Amino acid sequence: MTTKLLTALLLGTSILGTAGVASAADVTLNIESWRGDDLAIWKDKLIPAFEAKNPGIKVVFAPSAPTEYDAALGAKLAAGSAGDLITCRPFDKSLELYKKGNLADLSALPGMENFSPVAKAAWQTDDGKASFCVPMASVIHGFIYNKDAFDKLGIKVPQTRDEFFAALDKIKADGTYIPMAMGTKDLWEAATMGYQNIGPNYWKGEDGRAALIKGEQKLTDKDWVAPYEELAKWKPYLGDGFEAQTYPDSQNLFTLGRAAIYPAGSWEIGLFNTQAQFKMGAFPPPVEKAGDTCYISDHTDIGMGLNAASKNADAAKTFLSWVASPDFATIYANALPGFFSLNSSPVKMEDPLAQEFVSWRGKCKSTIRSTYQILSRGTPNLENETWVESANVINGTDTPEAAAKKLQTGLDSWYKPAK
Amino acid sequence: MAAETRPKRPTRWHIGVFLAPALLVYTAIMILPLAGTLQLSLFRNIEQHQIFVGLENFRTLFGDPNWSVGFWNALRNNTWFFIIHMLVQNPIGVMLAALLSSPRLRFAAFYRTAIFVPTILSFVIVGFAWKLILSPLWGVAPHMMDLVGLKSLFTPWLGKEQYALTALSLISVWQFVGIPMMLIYAALLSIPEEVIEAAECDGITGLSQFWKIKLPLILPSIGIISILTFVGNFNAFDLIYTAQGALAGPNYSTDILGTFLYRAFFGFQLQVGDPNMGAAIATMMFLIILGGVCVYLFLVQTRLRRYQF
Repeated sequence: MTTKLLTALLLGTSILGTAGVASAADVTLNIESWRGDDLAIWKDKLIPAFEAKNPGIKVVFAPSAPTEYDAALGAKLAAGSAGDLITCRPFDKSLELYKKGNLADLSALPGMENFSPVAKAAWQTDDGKASFCVPMASVIHGFIYNKDAFDKLGIKVPQTRDEFFAALDKIKADGTYIPMAMGTKDLWEAATMGYQNIGPNYWKGEDGRAALIKGEQKLTDKDWVAPYEELAKWKPYLGDGFEAQTYPDSQNLFTLGRAAIYPAGSWEIGLFNTQAQFKMGAFPPPVEKAGDTCYISDHTDIGMGLNAASKNADAAKTFLSWVASPDFATIYANALPGFFSLNSSPVKMEDPLAQEFVSWRGKCKSTIRSTYQILSRGTPNLENETWVESANVINGTDTPEAAAKKLQTGLDSWYKPAK
Repeated sequence: MAAETRPKRPTRWHIGVFLAPALLVYTAIMILPLAGTLQLSLFRNIEQHQIFVGLENFRTLFGDPNWSVGFWNALRNNTWFFIIHMLVQNPIGVMLAALLSSPRLRFAAFYRTAIFVPTILSFVIVGFAWKLILSPLWGVAPHMMDLVGLKSLFTPWLGKEQYALTALSLISVWQFVGIPMMLIYAALLSIPEEVIEAAECDGITGLSQFWKIKLPLILPSIGIISILTFVGNFNAFDLIYTAQGALAGPNYSTDILGTFLYRAFFGFQLQVGDPNMGAAIATMMFLIILGGVCVYLFLVQTRLRRYQF
């Protein structure tokens, strides 16, 4: 069934491709992607916008299913039938393709200067010398709250941790709402929306993350244990039976208006806008004292690279430069609220919630999830262990110190920082 | 020498011809993959090449605490999973079969079907249905317990380390209790009337008739059910995967050999799969199951007495 689909897609792209060539002496570029959901956006908005500006270049967006993408792409690259443009997964999967020589070096591509080093980190060699994909979008962590609930209870949006917990106490004392909608059943909520959400404020974003990779800091240091200590304090504010509450349960609790605060990733915006019947707002992870520098997790998620074997490399580079331009960023970010452009130039977005999220970039420092680069290459896998331990800390199974010690021991068993 | 003078029998080629399809198919889809797995477990991927490393993968599996802790945990959980099935599923199955075979029971066919239906449901349906039933937020379990005043006994079972595995075992029992019931039911029906009548003439009726006459006669069937349960449980994977995910939370408390193998072989999230270590775990599962089946065949089955009617 899936092979049939794949064959059909491949056939489809080849026919379209030849059709394009037949009608004019145009160059046709094919885009490989796993984002089938975005097909309409590409076809109706992005590609026409590009083609209008660049006559002579035709672009075809040819996605495959997310679960098959990596395997299908690998096979197509090996057979030499892959498209000219390749949508890049962050970190090791794309790095592997670059090392195999499947992705071209794009460090000198016009437009790459529009991105900050953090934005490019997901598609660079470990030493940061070569970049091989143009960053397209990231997701930002923070807290989404029920504005109606906050107004009713007279709660101000919390800036500091003390205000945050005071707000939670007030919601709990009132009893109308569950203070916070999060469960530990699916494990990753605790790690991604919990630990990686509030953590950057403690470990000072990129500084801490880089120090961890260099081996100058350990997960058992104060800055890395402290987020666990805060997570442990969340327990009384979660709903009844949060141990068996799944991710969709949490989403529903919040959108049905039964919970006041939702530890979130910006990818929720699209869904929440259609489902929630109340006004929503968002605030970044609270800092310790008012006026402290704030740090946010602005996690790079999707990029686009150039197939090193492409016959239309010049046209493909023109396209990639356009992907790196503010024009692309504006269309993309507005079509998919919650997936933010990584472009340094500000993008005007219509969605108020998305605007709120992206405004934090101006006042806070961005970082990516601490476990993604380099540190999750071995066994035991740091990211997966972080899921388990974050849930353990909230459940009370492990103390913050014990959890941190387990993670560091696991990491030490295979990771030797470069001296 | 009569044998020599007898005309030579023609080659019985039809035996080969008739055996060939089954033999070929079985070899292609069972024996070759099995051999492939065993072979894979002896290799390791070093710099994109498969290198023969002997038993090195097994040394890692048992010697490296990063692997061995997970393996023993999975084996322990799997054993508990099996014990629950043996203690709950099979006795209940026998009991249901005994009740169903009672000639005075009305609607026997209805009960039989109703109890058997979960067996033919997909794991995915069972996993999701029970997750919803037991959900502390929208589930019917907390409400129903509230109705009878037992709300205080409700906890989010699937999310608690100490209960999750037992809860899942019982869900699996609920799903599969129909199989021992059907097999025992068939065995009970095949006991000839004469034996029962003879027992009645000797004054053995009711419960003692079940214990003294029927149970010894269905023991071989119970043996077969035990071995089926054993093989099924040590190969189990689907229910845990659909209900708890591949990380078998909370804190690996529901991790059984199947999920452990899955994570090692295919990888999970940022963890990259390692087919060689996965094959090593699969080989251990094969050996465990083979060992269990051998114990049964050589120690138990040979001592069971069979009755021919």
